[in-house]
Amino acid sequence: MSPTNLQNLRPDLAIIQQWIQPDSQVLDLGCGEGMLLSYLKEHKNVRGYGLEINPDKITACIANGVNVVEQDLNNGLYNYKDNSIDTVVMTQALQAVQRPDELLDEMLRVGDEAIVTFPNFGHWRTRMYLALKGRMPMSETLPHEWYNTPNIHLCTVTDFEELCAQKKIRILSKTVVDALHQEHWAIRLWPSLLGEFAIYHLTRRS
Amino acid sequence: MPEVIPDDSVGLVTPQTFHCDKPLTLRSGRVLNQYDLVYETYGELNADKSNAILICHALSGDQHAAGYNSMDETKPGWWDNAIGPGKPIDTNRFFVVALNNLGGCSGSTGPTSIDPETGKLYGPDFPIVAVRDWVASQAQLANHLGVDCWAAVVGGSLGGMQVLRWSIQYPERLKHAVVVASAPKLSAQNIAFNEVARQAIAKDPDFHDGNYLEHNTIPKVGLTQARMLGHLTYLSEDAMRQKFGRDLREGKLNYSFAPEFQVESYLHYQGEKFSTRFDANTYMLMTKALDYFDPAADYDHDLVKCLSESKCGFLVVSFTTDWRFSPERSKEIVNALMEADKNVSYACIDSDGGHDAFLLDNPRYHAVLSAYMNRVADQLEAKS
Repeated sequence: MSPTNLQNLRPDLAIIQQWIQPDSQVLDLGCGEGMLLSYLKEHKNVRGYGLEINPDKITACIANGVNVVEQDLNNGLYNYKDNSIDTVVMTQALQAVQRPDELLDEMLRVGDEAIVTFPNFGHWRTRMYLALKGRMPMSETLPHEWYNTPNIHLCTVTDFEELCAQKKIRILSKTVVDALHQEHWAIRLWPSLLGEFAIYHLTRRS
Repeated sequence: MPEVIPDDSVGLVTPQTFHCDKPLTLRSGRVLNQYDLVYETYGELNADKSNAILICHALSGDQHAAGYNSMDETKPGWWDNAIGPGKPIDTNRFFVVALNNLGGCSGSTGPTSIDPETGKLYGPDFPIVAVRDWVASQAQLANHLGVDCWAAVVGGSLGGMQVLRWSIQYPERLKHAVVVASAPKLSAQNIAFNEVARQAIAKDPDFHDGNYLEHNTIPKVGLTQARMLGHLTYLSEDAMRQKFGRDLREGKLNYSFAPEFQVESYLHYQGEKFSTRFDANTYMLMTKALDYFDPAADYDHDLVKCLSESKCGFLVVSFTTDWRFSPERSKEIVNALMEADKNVSYACIDSDGGHDAFLLDNPRYHAVLSAYMNRVADQLEAKS
């Protein structure tokens, strides 16, 4: 079912939707069941497409009336022209693609703006896990073993900002939140240490 | 023979004939002054006539898409697994129309019909029809049925090409387009396969330049060869390996040129079965319609510009092992639709069925088709 109000929307998507302009065009990479696009279509008259490779999620998108295209993000966005989309969104998939740096370039080649979310590997609990147990950190956010995890390129908030600086990508805004996707004054003070999820709004526009 | 008609079947159906005496000017410039279209319908047309679905058939298909024409029939219609009560194209919700295209050999006017102007068989003189001519004749059938706008036009392979044509030729007359295992135009390889098939027929001594019926014969050998070749291109290598491998008919090599491998006898069987039920001139004509199809040609060969004409939503489906109309060809359609800012969804179904997969009962394929068609029906029912 499509979410009819903000309360039903996944917390990270509720934050993201504020950054998307009404009547704009959105490309959602790894769109899942199309909840964000469905919400944006209903409430902001946003046109868009979701890219997804999971068969059940593709079927769910179709059932939700969301435009979904089966496409592997590891092949890039070759079928989209430069600056053809207002905002390219990717939630919780950056760490799972083969080349996050190249995909980030692709997102900002195709889109005027990009929104990216990822789990912060620099969270204090992750740091403690490695330091004290001497094992690859696992948590509710990162439930997989090191050998079968789809999260092959985990990074910290600091790593990500360093990559953006190298690539001359401008950070329009960022929100770092806890596991429940809530902001807190302490997280704002030490995002790299206390934030569990990072949400970035990016552009190459000067 | 069905001893009992299954619950999810549309049951016994009787084909009907629509006689059109409005002249149809064909793409070739020739004119058909009158013609018949044979069609079947399943389900009920609703009060505002908004729940009609048109099924477009592929190369060797016909009007018998679902159910049984008699209790003697061994198999139901060619797309019975997708059309029926509770099936992806749900006849509890939709009024489904399937027809035999012009030039066909299952009852619609074609090479085996009598030309009313000469009183003789059309034979090879039946005009070569293009996909747009089929669509124009289907629009006349829609008028006859009182259908101003199809809820969806659905087709696979050559049927998918008709769906694309509908979307640009009559953009106001369909709400949704379902294009399965199709392509925006044939590749050189596709055309080459068709030409080999046509030559096999044309070089059969029994072909008599297409006038075989006047000689009381049919080009059985040529049509068999044409079908064997065609059939081969509809299967995937994996499926053939699994089905036949290198199995021998008699368990040993006989050192002869008679068919020894199972795959050889299978192809012979398929070819021969086809050669007795299908008309050779129709086969020639249908393959020509495939070759000629290239809607973007009228738009500076720009598929984006071409599909910009459309106003409907699209579902495009392809199959991983289809090399006759590969997923890349479907993706061309999808990419052009996205660039034209149209509503489109695309799924590439994992299947070892090759091109034939579009006719098979694959769970994911049918889940996708059901999800889309349910949405189409929900929209209709929300409005009324």
